[in-house]
Amino acid sequence: MRRDIFQAIADPTRRAIITLIALQAMTPNAIAENFNTTRQSVSKHLRILTECELVKQEQYGREIYYSLELKKMKEIDKWISQFRKIWEARFSQLDEVLQTMKKQKK
Amino acid sequence: MKNDLLFDFIVDKSTKTVFVKKEFDADLELVWDAFTTKEILDQWWAPKPYTSKTKVMDFRVGGRRFFAMVTPEGQERWLLQKYTSISPKTNFKYFNAFADADENPELPGSDWDYNFTEQNGTTTVIITIYNESLERMERQIENGFKQGFTATLNYLDELLTTLSKK
Repeated sequence: MRRDIFQAIADPTRRAIITLIALQAMTPNAIAENFNTTRQSVSKHLRILTECELVKQEQYGREIYYSLELKKMKEIDKWISQFRKIWEARFSQLDEVLQTMKKQKK
Repeated sequence: MKNDLLFDFIVDKSTKTVFVKKEFDADLELVWDAFTTKEILDQWWAPKPYTSKTKVMDFRVGGRRFFAMVTPEGQERWLLQKYTSISPKTNFKYFNAFADADENPELPGSDWDYNFTEQNGTTTVIITIYNESLERMERQIENGFKQGFTATLNYLDELLTTLSKK
């Protein structure tokens, strides 16, 4: 099954996890303490986030730490800004059209 | 775009909804016409260098706008918008989908909701777009826009330079 970043952020718990580990790398246990769900459920979300390459795992001693893959987060930004720019271009054209229409009306 | 006119663009992935809010320096009647008349829509709907070519537009509930976004090379990408609700000069809604040249829609599509209000000669338009699938939202960008996008940005730059010279 193909995973992508948009699937990763489609879930509110996963968005909360992203916000948490954006500040600092955390172990699965430390992450789970912030949620009212089971440890298994948090593990499942972490697995999906890993598969989407939004988070990376690093081993320090016996503990695994999860942290955010910032490069991947930028893809989301890029996608949204493309969409935004289409509307910007469209509306700047409409602004001009409206000015012309106003002049013609007078 | 004039800097003092508000432009908001919010993508809410969790509800698969896009909100677009824009103020225009024109009265309600003019702005309403710009969004609901085929001749005017074709002047601004497609970001340059694309052009919008409306083949059919029947602005009434149950009616449709069937149009193409045309690339500078002449390639057409057809879209079908079916009007589901119209309250003159206040609100209209349509179901939007890509289509083939024979008006067969490619589902899933998206629901568009337009709201118009005027205050002291400034008209605010709020557009809410609900997408049945996020993949489709992505496709909206990929399809047709990606290649021409650099050109659109160049056009914007050009426009801004011209405006700042004035």
